[in-house]
Amino acid sequence: MKVLLDIQALKTPRGIVATIVVLLCGLMPIIAPAIGESFYVDVFARTMIWAIAAVSLNLIMGYGGMISFGHAAFFGIGAYTIGILAFHGVTSAWVQWPVALILSALVGLVFGAISLRTKGVYFIMITLALAQMLYFLSVSAQRYGSDDGLTINDRSDFGIGFFNLDDDLTLYYLIFAVLLLCVYVSWRIVNSPFGMVVRGAKSNDNRMQALGYPTTRYKLTAFVIAGVMCGMAGVLDANLEEFVSPDALNWPRSGEMIFMVVLGGMGSLFGPVTGAVVFWLLQDFLANWRGFIGDHWAIIFGPFLILVVLFARGGIHGLVDRLFSRKGGAQ
Amino acid sequence: MNYVLFAEQFLNGFQLGMILFLLAAGLTLVFGIMDLVNLAHGSLYMLGAYFAATFSHLTGSFVWAILLAVPAMVAAGIIIEMIALRTLYARDHLDQVLATFGLILFFNELTRIVWGPEGQVIPLPAYLDGSVALPLGIDYPVYRLVIIGCGLAVALGLWVLVSKTRIGMLIRAGSSNREMAGALGVNIATLFTVVFGIGAALAGFGGMIITPITQAEVGMGEIILIQAFVVVVIGGIGSIKGAFIAAILIGVIDTMGRSFLDLLLLFILPANAAEAAGPALSSMLIFILMAGILFFRPQGLFPPKGAR
Amino acid sequence: MTGVQDPLASMLSAESLIKNFGGIVATDSLSFDVAQGEIHAIIGPNGAGKTTLISQLSGTLMPDGGQIRFDGSDITRMTAPQRARRGLARSFQITSIFKDFSALDNVVLAIQAHRGHSFRFWRPVVDDLSLRDPARAVLEEVGLGARADVLAGNLAHGEQRQLEIAMAIASEPKMLLLDEPMAGMGPEESERMTAYLRSIKGRYTMLLVEHDMDAVFALADTITVLVYGRAIASGPPDTIRANAEVRAAYLGED
Repeated sequence: MKVLLDIQALKTPRGIVATIVVLLCGLMPIIAPAIGESFYVDVFARTMIWAIAAVSLNLIMGYGGMISFGHAAFFGIGAYTIGILAFHGVTSAWVQWPVALILSALVGLVFGAISLRTKGVYFIMITLALAQMLYFLSVSAQRYGSDDGLTINDRSDFGIGFFNLDDDLTLYYLIFAVLLLCVYVSWRIVNSPFGMVVRGAKSNDNRMQALGYPTTRYKLTAFVIAGVMCGMAGVLDANLEEFVSPDALNWPRSGEMIFMVVLGGMGSLFGPVTGAVVFWLLQDFLANWRGFIGDHWAIIFGPFLILVVLFARGGIHGLVDRLFSRKGGAQ
Repeated sequence: MNYVLFAEQFLNGFQLGMILFLLAAGLTLVFGIMDLVNLAHGSLYMLGAYFAATFSHLTGSFVWAILLAVPAMVAAGIIIEMIALRTLYARDHLDQVLATFGLILFFNELTRIVWGPEGQVIPLPAYLDGSVALPLGIDYPVYRLVIIGCGLAVALGLWVLVSKTRIGMLIRAGSSNREMAGALGVNIATLFTVVFGIGAALAGFGGMIITPITQAEVGMGEIILIQAFVVVVIGGIGSIKGAFIAAILIGVIDTMGRSFLDLLLLFILPANAAEAAGPALSSMLIFILMAGILFFRPQGLFPPKGAR
Repeated sequence: MTGVQDPLASMLSAESLIKNFGGIVATDSLSFDVAQGEIHAIIGPNGAGKTTLISQLSGTLMPDGGQIRFDGSDITRMTAPQRARRGLARSFQITSIFKDFSALDNVVLAIQAHRGHSFRFWRPVVDDLSLRDPARAVLEEVGLGARADVLAGNLAHGEQRQLEIAMAIASEPKMLLLDEPMAGMGPEESERMTAYLRSIKGRYTMLLVEHDMDAVFALADTITVLVYGRAIASGPPDTIRANAEVRAAYLGED
């Protein structure tokens, strides 16, 4: 029987990076007030939510080769389900959360079934278009605030006295726990027989079919799992922000998710989490710069993105691996 | 009678279709020939609008604004291709998507820095700023007819360019078989730059001619880009004919849907439900259409020959 | 019914198979039978439609007309995965392996395909000795035992060809469709492959498409000669060797 997390794995370069990131996330509610920057707790809560979304995208993109440019749709479904149910007075988490996740799964099933009929560029554009369809739906929903978004008055209620999401710290550690759970579940899935099939289909789909795998079924299942996981991120986001707007599922969000995955290291389990942390810290750092750069941080961020694509293959985890192995080779 | 409104909306849809075609034509050429996913195509549309607004401001003439802005867009397209996009041809689609996503962020911010956050307008000369009486008692803005005319003229010009000229032959050779074209002595790098320049000019031209009706603003390219994607996907990647037909189809269906879908829904739904569902459904209409077409024809309506 | 004399003895049969590409006839009402346990070789000049035939038999191309029967049932309309799960395995002319998987995992995937569905999400494959032990045995058998943990993409060309065969036999299929297993091999490697195929003769029924005539005449029980999608001759090696039409059309003698 293997231990939950291999201790040896933590001693590898990317293991060390992952450990630092986990510690940073786990201890931020202590670190941030200590250095007098309490708002970092909020920044990290948000970062971890996007990390969950990025982990879910990595499952299909990094391991399954499905480049979905519409993953934010699931984030929006999760968040809007909480918002709309709360708007109608349903605040019990035991109702809200299952509804959100089931809806994410259903939409994943429909979107996946349509887009998996295609490949390559078509797949990218169809996932984008389907997600935009939901975006326009949210914009046209006047009852739920259209463009202005929907304010959520009550966070999800679990009906458990000591477990109250109104307490920011409880919510923070719930997010932290869900993130770790998602990484763990991804790890199990990727190494399971199912994961082997999905990875095999990414590597050589024709060969998989010749071996006897109806690969589309497996890819569709992976698409649905990733959708549910991303819907979960949306559920948490609605609770954290107490607000949801069409912006949550607009296409730049999907682009940012892809970027987080690539930045951290595609197809590495913890890469997307590292990517999300670096993404948000960098954005925060640039936006808080005084003067010109702070006002126009995207003028730096856009080219940065391009440079990462052009020169940092394998993302941060790949970079760390290379640096470490070069040092090792010199010894 | 309602048919006047109906005819007007049909023409409006046709006009939107022409703008969509201007974007989709360049997009589909770049896809088909260079196998490049260029998300920043909408940025070219935006740049065209801002260029024309500036030239209009400087010269005081709408016509001069267009005449100066089009070559400026060709130049901008060539520069962008040589600096940023050339290295992306050899990369996979994911890299292209991400890098051109970065380009969008860059261009939006650059525009904000250069032109400021407010939108820019292009005033129309008096002779374009009226209505004209069409048969059947329809009054229709002259300028929208001009847009339709421009779109049709460009479509005709593209058709002549691609099917009758030497450069068109090279484009077709390049899109069907890159190695073959290379073996024929075609300088592929130059061909790609030229094609991208044409695509940039087309997208920019679309942005220029729509601006007098709307205005030039940051982010204007992204909304229309998604619709142009739908056009390209429905038409079949690489097919200009497909782009033309799909653009008109999408333009008309989208515009008509927004105007009449709630009326149609009144037949099957109670009034308040129809009023709520109308806008929601009409904004989703073209995507539902796309999903339906792709379900039966995953390669689009007019897949180019030799498509994988 | 013609063509099938004894349904029990026939493992695979094609009847009046037709495939057109545009105006070009790639398979021209082709009929043949592969008896249980035999090695049936298909030879023919380039462009004779050999790979098109394999694709139709394995299910990646649908024929325009005709019927394919395998192990007593009609498989003409089945998908490639369905045929593979019934025990019709194939190898590819152009090496088709999982380059970013270890050689062992390549074979594990092949075995896993025949262990029912793979909608099992939790238990790591690494721990599943019921997959890994047989996979190792198969690698051992084709002579790749020492290379099990090497990434398939880093194997030498000949080794990749061996892995290709290993994946085909790993699932204990009823029949193998071998599309030019010796493609790109040196004489020594070819000889080894021939020896290996002889050693498994009788264990599997085999349909062998191959250019290496030494190998074909050494291995085959029956040879069918394909020219422009049509079978111009079919019979035991000696008959084919003696056939004047075959010599003229294919062996390049006049």
